[in-house]
Amino acid sequence: MPKPTLAGQERYVAPIEETPLAAVDSIQVDEAPSSQWKEAWKQLRRNPMFLISAALLAVLAVVIAFPGLFTNADPRFCEVGRSLDPPSPGHPFGFNFQGCDVWSRTLYGARASVAVGVLTTLFVVVIGGITGAIAGFKGGWADAIISRISDIFFAIPLILAAIVSLSALTNAFPDRGFWGGIAAVVVTLAVFGWPQIARIMRGSVIEVKNLEFVDAARAIGAKDSRNLWRHIVPNAMSPVIVTATVSLGIFIVAEATLSFLGLGLPFTVVSWGNDIAEAQRLVRSGTRLGVMFVPAAALALTVLSFILLGDAVRDALDPKAKKR
Amino acid sequence: MSQQPLLEVRNLDVAFYADKKAIPAVEGANLTVYPGQTVAIVGESGSGKSTTAHAIIGLLPGTGRVTGGEILFDGKDIAHSSTKDFESLRGDQIGLVPQDPMSNLNPLWRVGTQIKESLVANDIAKGKDADRRVNGLLAEAGLNDVERRARQYPHEFSGGMRQRALIAMGLAARPKLLIADEPTSALDVTVQKQILDHLDGLTDELGTAVLLITHDLGLAAERADHIVVMYKGRVVESGPALEILKNPEHPYTQRLVSSAPSIASQRLSSVRARAEVREQAVQTAGEIAAQVATTQGEVGKGHDDIIVVENLTKVFMLPGDRPWRKTELRAVDDVSFRLRRGTTTAIVGESGSGKSTVARMVLGLLDRTGGTVHFDGYDTGQLKGKRLMALRRQMQPVFQNPYASLDPMYSIFKSIEEPLATHGIGSSAEREAKVRDLLEKVSLPGSIMRRYPNELSGGQRQRVAIARALALEPEVVVLDEAVSALDVLVQAQILELLNDLQAEMGLSYLFITHDLAVVRQIADNVLVMQDGKIVEAAGVGEVFDNPREGYTRRLLDAIPGRDLLASA
Repeated sequence: MPKPTLAGQERYVAPIEETPLAAVDSIQVDEAPSSQWKEAWKQLRRNPMFLISAALLAVLAVVIAFPGLFTNADPRFCEVGRSLDPPSPGHPFGFNFQGCDVWSRTLYGARASVAVGVLTTLFVVVIGGITGAIAGFKGGWADAIISRISDIFFAIPLILAAIVSLSALTNAFPDRGFWGGIAAVVVTLAVFGWPQIARIMRGSVIEVKNLEFVDAARAIGAKDSRNLWRHIVPNAMSPVIVTATVSLGIFIVAEATLSFLGLGLPFTVVSWGNDIAEAQRLVRSGTRLGVMFVPAAALALTVLSFILLGDAVRDALDPKAKKR
Repeated sequence: MSQQPLLEVRNLDVAFYADKKAIPAVEGANLTVYPGQTVAIVGESGSGKSTTAHAIIGLLPGTGRVTGGEILFDGKDIAHSSTKDFESLRGDQIGLVPQDPMSNLNPLWRVGTQIKESLVANDIAKGKDADRRVNGLLAEAGLNDVERRARQYPHEFSGGMRQRALIAMGLAARPKLLIADEPTSALDVTVQKQILDHLDGLTDELGTAVLLITHDLGLAAERADHIVVMYKGRVVESGPALEILKNPEHPYTQRLVSSAPSIASQRLSSVRARAEVREQAVQTAGEIAAQVATTQGEVGKGHDDIIVVENLTKVFMLPGDRPWRKTELRAVDDVSFRLRRGTTTAIVGESGSGKSTVARMVLGLLDRTGGTVHFDGYDTGQLKGKRLMALRRQMQPVFQNPYASLDPMYSIFKSIEEPLATHGIGSSAEREAKVRDLLEKVSLPGSIMRRYPNELSGGQRQRVAIARALALEPEVVVLDEAVSALDVLVQAQILELLNDLQAEMGLSYLFITHDLAVVRQIADNVLVMQDGKIVEAAGVGEVFDNPREGYTRRLLDAIPGRDLLASA
């Protein structure tokens, strides 16, 4: 039953010159090869948030390596006679209650704060990453045991746990020195901080291990361990990296909080937390707020940089979180 | 007949913006739909068919903009209407049935509430009256026990039922035009046929015009009066459905007609081509078998039947209604078959039939509950250590999802080299030469080696996956829905490649698919599975021409365009 052709529905064939036929599934070979990481880098390079935070962190790195470039004053050279003196040439932010140079102490204090942040993050990623990966990959009993242990640690608030364990440590080893003091804080924070990474790693591994390329590798004859560390973990890393950069900032704050409470680094160590704690008595009297403001600003800026960096890295690595 | 067109698209240009650059997606598209008509837009992914449809309903995603031309709906240009104008148009003038029934219903809302929303939003009914209308609509969409169904949540519905609910929603406000964007491509073939039959009947009755978006020319020809073929953002050919199918004039349409599986499976030439492939493959395989039988280190006795599966069973234990109770799910139930060296056995079935579970057990990726799998005379369950590694070399899989089967962190070279490195074959220079050779076998340029999977198309990734599977020179390749996720043209190309490789290397294939249409081009024997059991096992010709089981017949009838083509 042929129907009459309606206006606008006549037979039409596009001129072939205008619609040339390409080979089915042709391939572009001239573009440079790229990977997920290269794509992420391309995106990061154009992200102002990333550029700002990276620049700030680069400055921070220089400060940590060569604090002497920015000041001639010795952070440990304190004269009570100069207590709370206003800024003077060579001492841009004046002196604190003990008569030490505020600017110099802030510059030198970066070492301890960043050391705590970086080392704690490193430990947390290694411990949490390994346990989380094993829990996610093995499943069953291994998963149940690791998950319950991490739940127990998770249930204890980080700062509360750190206060308890650090006061015990302070009683046991009153003289810890620079690295001893840092080690105590790092170990304490890492012990109570790893479950977060373990959880993220576990979830990520469970998601990746069900993808077909893992089956393909098994069918080739690759062993479980190779499969886990060569195929699954690298593909499961991006959420861990993101959380790690954010928690780096959180650990620096935690160190400052603990030092502020007198439990973190020993008083002999120059650190932002100690300086802020020391300056708190000035807040009450309302004099020379700058003494507190400078280390606090350095702390805030550093933490902000790490958190911004974490955000930018997440946007680049996780297509689901991308904003339009 | 002097009718006014309902929808006229004239010289439509649509572009997407990225970095302030316009990337054209549709260029100069023309199409006309009359009231009550069904018009199909056919094209591969990226052809602009969905973009055109989305422009018509004002739902272009992201940065998409109409940059030229006009869209006349009922004589009014809506191409540049405001969001508000479109809101009044959507629902009661133009309805939409979206592609993926799994993600297009809000999982937290009852199905009835979601349909009611489309009635309330279009001021058709409120309150009790709306509830009554919802029940009517669900019944109309072919669901039973509608009062209970309306109170259920989407996860309690099967895919087909969800699509019916979406159709009810799309038709709720009685639109003049219904846009159906690949409405059934996510569903099993038999369900697909039911849904489309139902949609046909319903729109006929209501006098609704349908704009059907599909990649399947056979389906379009069966369902539509008028077909518009799109390619690379342009309309390359349009005209009455049957005429396009019988006399395609544009080379692209000709290509589509010649490779659409639903159509190709009808052709005798494809049967003859397959017979030639088999003859050559069986011969090559025989030579390999003679070698294997005398070589140390390989698993094999040189039998004719390279895989013998007997009474294979898999029972999954699922959590029951109480924590201490388990319920049994018999995914594979007493399956037995043989795969002859150098031939292809296809396992066909719908989702949940257990066909992939069989494949995974044959590969040894899943423990079996009962039964045996013999590989060339050896029980695969008894092999351990070195022998098991050797078996892995001789049997390789290719999986369905080309986007998940390659490690995104591995370059193409590393992906294909991995099996060689794992088995310690050759020096690194030899391995590189071998990878180059394998890429050539699957018709990919050697320069692709340094690239990463995310830079390749689905078809290209599948070629890489095939190259990786062939790296260890296996005798058996298990293809688990290996072509199901690909566009028809790419699918045809990969099937051809698989045939060539089989003839050349004497491979034996176990080909798992839900699509009976592709089977004829690649398989020699067919096993039809339903609910974990084999319901029919026969040669491919017999299954197609003389199916014994009702279920097999239903699967065959569901191949779109089958009746049309008997004469074509």
